[in-house]
Amino acid sequence: MQKIMVCVKRVIDYNVRVRVKPDGSGVVTEGVKMSINPFDEIALEEALRLREQGAATEVIAISLGPDDTQQQLRTALAMGADRAILVRHDAQADPATAAAAFMALVSKEGAELVLLGKQAIDDDACQTGQRLAALWDRPQASAASKIEVVGQSLRVTREVDAGLEVNEIDLPGVVTVDLRLNEPRYVKLPDIMKAKKKPLEVTDLAALGVEMDEPVTVLKWEPPPQRTKGIMVKDAAELVSALKQKGLV
Amino acid sequence: MSRILVIAEHAAGKLNPSTAKVVACARAIGGEVEVAVLAADGAAVAAQCATLEGVSRVLQVDHPANEHPLAAVLAPQVAALAAGAGHVLGPSTTFGRDLMPRVAALVKAPQLSEVMAVESPRRFRRPVYAGNAVVTVEVAEGRQVVCTVRTASFEAVGSAAASAPVDQRSVEFSPPAHTRFVSVSAAASDRPDLQTAARVVSGGRALGSAEKFQLIYSLADKLGAAVGASRAAVDAGYAPNELQVGQTGKIISPTLYVAVGISGAIQHVTGMKDSGVIVAINKDAEAPIFEIADYGLVGDLFALLPEIETLLAS
Ligand SMILES: Cc1cc2nc3c(=O)[nH]c(=O)nc-3n(C[C@H](O)[C@H](O)[C@H](O)COP(=O)(O)OP(=O)(O)OC[C@H]3O[C@@H](n4cnc5c(N)ncnc54)[C@H](O)[C@@H]3O)c2cc1C
Ligand SMILES: Nc1ncnc2c1ncn2[C@@H]1O[C@H](COP(=O)(O)O)[C@@H](O)[C@H]1O
Repeated sequence: MQKIMVCVKRVIDYNVRVRVKPDGSGVVTEGVKMSINPFDEIALEEALRLREQGAATEVIAISLGPDDTQQQLRTALAMGADRAILVRHDAQADPATAAAAFMALVSKEGAELVLLGKQAIDDDACQTGQRLAALWDRPQASAASKIEVVGQSLRVTREVDAGLEVNEIDLPGVVTVDLRLNEPRYVKLPDIMKAKKKPLEVTDLAALGVEMDEPVTVLKWEPPPQRTKGIMVKDAAELVSALKQKGLV
Repeated sequence: MSRILVIAEHAAGKLNPSTAKVVACARAIGGEVEVAVLAADGAAVAAQCATLEGVSRVLQVDHPANEHPLAAVLAPQVAALAAGAGHVLGPSTTFGRDLMPRVAALVKAPQLSEVMAVESPRRFRRPVYAGNAVVTVEVAEGRQVVCTVRTASFEAVGSAAASAPVDQRSVEFSPPAHTRFVSVSAAASDRPDLQTAARVVSGGRALGSAEKFQLIYSLADKLGAAVGASRAAVDAGYAPNELQVGQTGKIISPTLYVAVGISGAIQHVTGMKDSGVIVAINKDAEAPIFEIADYGLVGDLFALLPEIETLLAS
């Protein structure tokens, strides 16, 4: 493989307890820590390992988002990506737009493999990789927990409801990754310094010829329905008798 | 009346229970509900679909390439069947999550993932941020809508008085050779299925080893319950991946959910908070799981589980 592209989304850090704004216009983002989507860190780690094994020569981190996304792309460069491309876009883009933007980058750069997260932990859409594969008319393997290179193909183990499914896909192709694929490396201080000198190109949808088509409008944001706090029982006997009384056991 | 196309999920000649829930969502949208069965030989599954309440027609598409559910193979066929349909629905299981976005891209439609409520044929509610927020979204008039349906939010439809007609359809397409099925680890188990069981007992990191995780199986067997696990328990190898409950595992809503030695991280809670009654057993009285539990019991699970089993037997 020559090039692997890795999609890196800027999202609210997974440790932050996300809250809906009182006026229902969105979630609180002021002063909130932003990070690389955890699945995308795993995708990037996998790309770096493939390069280190000699299975690929270049790893390009790509993203669609506001200017601040450069922070996450710098982190990707510090982890080891060779260069990065930001498609600057101020609004929250939907998966269809993201897939169209990445398709444009794939056509321009000619990647053999695109790695994405299986889902972004903000919109939980689970769409972008599969959409990209359709636009590209190439194979997809979603929710990968193991990737092996076999000549010009990949043998991918996928986490499915039944257990583990193995598919073989020819390259070029798209793989979305699940959490158990690998453990991403920590970024070391010297790497952060080095990353400052790596190329980070900024472009936008218009320059890539991507037209916006966003037929979905968000009317309202609400906190989820809350469960009322129940009771604390003092011992196993009280628990079992409560459950028996309710006819639950 | 507008057509709603539901994509059936099935394996080994058996319809997956998720399909009856997707049909429930389709009925909430309102329209003529067609269920498509794509298989190598779909007769048995089509017959099962035909008995679901509210189904107008079953479309049976037999093709040798449909032996295994590969999205790249199925999506072009679904896209062809979707012509003229107002909505195309699949379950938000790993099958639907893999297939539906590929369909949505082919038919150039938006997709709403994990639809949990239908407010109108154009207006839906869905969770975001691991269930920390719920958005109400509206799709522009005249646009086809693709959805994956959050099965935990819909009650399966019952069976119809009379079977719906089954139409054989053939779809023009050349199956791509670039994607090949190799194997699936069908964990043949006679235990209740996690996604449909009325009772679930889940174990967390606290179990400490695969051997000790057997305590969870043992309690589950006593209750006729399915077994679940937290991500920490799966990552540590105490339980297989298909048992993971949560944002990135299965999203379930059993009548009874028993969480044992699970702290209650938001990513776990999002997968089980719609359960009827939640029981939590944890030695830490401050564990967040107690905030959502109907019955909380503070103590050491290794002492409590055997005691509970004895009490259940008495
Ligand atoms: C992107 C992302 C997605 C994720 N998706 C999921 C998901 O789908 N599902 C999921 O579960 N997690 C998921 N996680 C992980 C999640 O954040 C938590 O790390 C995980 O749920 C913790 O598992 P646990 O509760 O078993 O372990 P811990 O948090 O370590 O909790 C163990 C609990 O056991 C209690 N305990 C210890 N010993 C005993 C004893 N002897 N008796 C009784 N109680 C005891 C402790 O008090 C503690 O509360 C995800 C994380 C990320 C970042
Ligand atoms: N705006 C974006 N920028 C970078 N990557 C993205 C973006 N949107 C989606 N992705 C990628 O697509 C994956 C799935 O996202 P989603 O379809 O939104 O759940 C993410 O894990 C990312 O790898």
